[in-house]
Amino acid sequence: MPEVTMTVNGQEASGDVEGRTLLVQFLREHLRLTGTHVGCDTSQCGACVVHVNGQSVKSCTMLAVQADGSAVTTIEGLASGNELHPMQAAFHENHALQCGFCTPGMVMSAVDLLQKNSSPSETEIREWLEGNLCRCTGYKNIVKAIQHAAAGDAA
Amino acid sequence: MSNKLVGQSIRRREDFRFLRGEGRYVDDIHRAGVLHAAFVRSPHAHAIVKNVNADAALAAPGVVGVFTGADLEKDNYGSIPCGWIITQRNGEPHHAAPHYPMTRDKARYVGDQVAVVVAETLEQARDAAELVEVDYEALEAVIDMTKAMEAAQIHDEAPNNLCYDWEIGDQAQVEAAFAKAHHVAKLDLVNNRLVPNPMEPRAALAEYDKGTDSYTLWSTSQNPHMLRWMLSGNVTDIPETKLRIIAPDVGGGFGVKIYCYVEETVCLWATKQVGRPVRWTSDRSESFLADAHARDHLTRVEMAMDEEGRFLGLKVDTTANLGAYLSNYATSIPTYFYATLLAGPYATPAIYCNVRALYTNTAPVDAYRGAGRPEAAYLLERIADKAALDLGIDPVEIRRRNFIQPDQFPYDTPVALTYDIGDYEASLDKALTMIDYTGFPARKEEARARGKLRGIGLSSYIEACGVAPSSLISRFGAGAGLWESAEVRFNATGTVTVLTGTHAHGQGHETTFGQLVADALGVPYDDVEIVHGDTSQTPMGMGTYGSRSMAVGGSAIVKACDKVIEKGKKIAAHMLEASVDDIAFDDGTFSVAGTDRSKTMAEIALAAYVPVDFPDGLEPGLDENAFYDPLNFTYPAGTHICEVEIDPDTGVTEIVEWVAVDDFGTVINPLIVEGQIHGGLAQGVGQAMLENGLYDLESGQLVTGSFMDYCMPRADNLPSFKVGYTNTPCTHNPLGVKGCGEAGAIAAPPTLISAIANALGVDHIEMPATSEKVWRMARSAAAAE
Repeated sequence: MPEVTMTVNGQEASGDVEGRTLLVQFLREHLRLTGTHVGCDTSQCGACVVHVNGQSVKSCTMLAVQADGSAVTTIEGLASGNELHPMQAAFHENHALQCGFCTPGMVMSAVDLLQKNSSPSETEIREWLEGNLCRCTGYKNIVKAIQHAAAGDAA
Repeated sequence: MSNKLVGQSIRRREDFRFLRGEGRYVDDIHRAGVLHAAFVRSPHAHAIVKNVNADAALAAPGVVGVFTGADLEKDNYGSIPCGWIITQRNGEPHHAAPHYPMTRDKARYVGDQVAVVVAETLEQARDAAELVEVDYEALEAVIDMTKAMEAAQIHDEAPNNLCYDWEIGDQAQVEAAFAKAHHVAKLDLVNNRLVPNPMEPRAALAEYDKGTDSYTLWSTSQNPHMLRWMLSGNVTDIPETKLRIIAPDVGGGFGVKIYCYVEETVCLWATKQVGRPVRWTSDRSESFLADAHARDHLTRVEMAMDEEGRFLGLKVDTTANLGAYLSNYATSIPTYFYATLLAGPYATPAIYCNVRALYTNTAPVDAYRGAGRPEAAYLLERIADKAALDLGIDPVEIRRRNFIQPDQFPYDTPVALTYDIGDYEASLDKALTMIDYTGFPARKEEARARGKLRGIGLSSYIEACGVAPSSLISRFGAGAGLWESAEVRFNATGTVTVLTGTHAHGQGHETTFGQLVADALGVPYDDVEIVHGDTSQTPMGMGTYGSRSMAVGGSAIVKACDKVIEKGKKIAAHMLEASVDDIAFDDGTFSVAGTDRSKTMAEIALAAYVPVDFPDGLEPGLDENAFYDPLNFTYPAGTHICEVEIDPDTGVTEIVEWVAVDDFGTVINPLIVEGQIHGGLAQGVGQAMLENGLYDLESGQLVTGSFMDYCMPRADNLPSFKVGYTNTPCTHNPLGVKGCGEAGAIAAPPTLISAIANALGVDHIEMPATSEKVWRMARSAAAAE
């Protein structure tokens, strides 16, 4: 079995994986970083979004071996200690989560949106979120949270 | 502490763990030595299982065992129950067919569980499941409801595939109303099949402890005690005392996680068999195949009216699809949660409904957000629109003419319910103002200039939730009472642990129940901890569904708090050397009326656990529980109005405005309630425009079996909903609250279809009103012009 080594949330992590092992499986099962979720098997739902070398990636769509040597950030690595990342804080302030299952992927995706477009319009936000499904919120408060984070007026 | 928390938009305390990736869902829980289960599922909709050959699978790497229903039968595992007996028109109970944990004779839908492989890793279990050879003899697949009664028989117990033929209302009275009617409006309606799809797939982890001969089952359950009751009382020989169910963080439910399922039952059996923990997590494809589905009705509705459009009588004929097996509450949904709502907000004097519920070779159908009430509201609001069109009356006006008036409450409907309170015109008027109803023609003209077809549509719904008064539903056939429990346990330091029988899977109970308790007891909000979801910790409770948690569970908490205060008064009276009758409790302080002598709640709690200066004969401790059985359903109601713009060249419908005005009685946390509305609306919009659970009529394959084929609502399908409230407090619970969880899913489908039909200038368009369907109708309409 191939061995992979990557930096995950600033720490080096390595393990033996099968060739077919997905990045999300490596994160959840080998590293027990269970904040990254799996909500589908067709790369539609986005619950598994992490950052690989600073870009948002659906970690169910990438093999662990493809991430060998990469820097990976998961939801567990987003906050600085006890201080929430501004996007996390904006989600809290705007009630942009209910059951919490889509939330890690949604937050990681939203952070990447603002990296690429620091002041997106509502339409741009809604279109960006096309790859992230939420069954609880109806999206309105997620859109609002991202707008607030973009404006820098999160809690 | 003078600032009351009830009514404030407190941000949720549960957010922090979810936002940091520290939630703990079933699939996140790790147990040493765990094995993985993979199910062998039938690829046939209907087939005799002649033989299962597991030789190759057993020889595969990592495989610990391969088992079938026969193995569970040997250990006395019985049928998963359906707990609601429907009495048919002929007086007989419904035709109940068994649902064994893994089939023992035939596969009855694509995805039916035939065998299970247990292996060291998930990959090994799945690889080996591919090696299990099943010899099937395919039979005719019964998919089309309109032909099911003449098709191949699915269960020996149900001739003609009929589960029941049931009626409600006074048929003779309705016929008399139709005989004298000025006009009868008619519609044939499809209420499309839905696949609920909470984002967290179902999962189970079972662990047997040999030393104590006991089991722990982690399950994605909305109601862990009910699951334990069914498993102990019906399915297995395991006593409740030896079975602990834990439902930790659960990623959305919407009904689909109420039920006892085959997969978790098999894990429970297998853990003892193999002597190690056994886990199974559904993948999304399995969720599509084997989660309970929803809706799936065919209905003819007829409304008789006088010259002014006043409703005289309503006749409803429904065929309901229950799928291949009866899910736990399947029988109740197209009957007592559906036809009892056929009065809606209208004073229709005569109503009759006949429902035939059928078995088909499709996934079992049961409750999903709204559960019967969306089907009722949809047909009522569609026929109200049709009646208005037929008579040339404004759709707002025809509703106004037929509303039950505020002075008519309590109002006995002709279909078994008594509405306690409401003011339907108040919600209608507020919604009309919020959307600027009178300005619509100008907006339509402006849209026309841009080449868009703009339409406006509304619905005025009522629903019955806060399930449910036990005596009433037992008359309807329920096998359980739907009270709720709470325990309010003071700790010696003055903090409070509240144990509730409800379960939160997104609703934010840790916050809202905390608000309630902090206000009731006058203790700091941060000192109140809410515990739910573990049968070994919380008192017996009935779980969360039917918008019941605050109305029923919250009321139980209030009752328990009242008991704490009563006992606190006795302790305070003793400590303050006063009569109990002279002790007043306010905002966390017990005081002697007319004096400055007082004790705080924390002082009383400490005294209760250090009972040295204590009343004679009074038990130590400050820990009270309460059970609350509601006196009636609660009846949220409201009016939703939306405006759409259709591009006739593409059929794409854009929802440009949506106003929701709802009467939920007292609102504990407006932020959370608004979130519930948004979510319900999204699911209702999904049903109306996007989602369709579709089986191939010949093969019985689920055509819409993934997120690539089944269209879930996405952010760019939905508008920024505008929410408003009216308030007639519920008359029969201590909080004055009504349920808010399902209203959006109930109101949305008729609202959106009304607007799309209005834009197209047609009487009706069937759900889901996909772009293709809309485009075709827009073309036909244009051609007709």
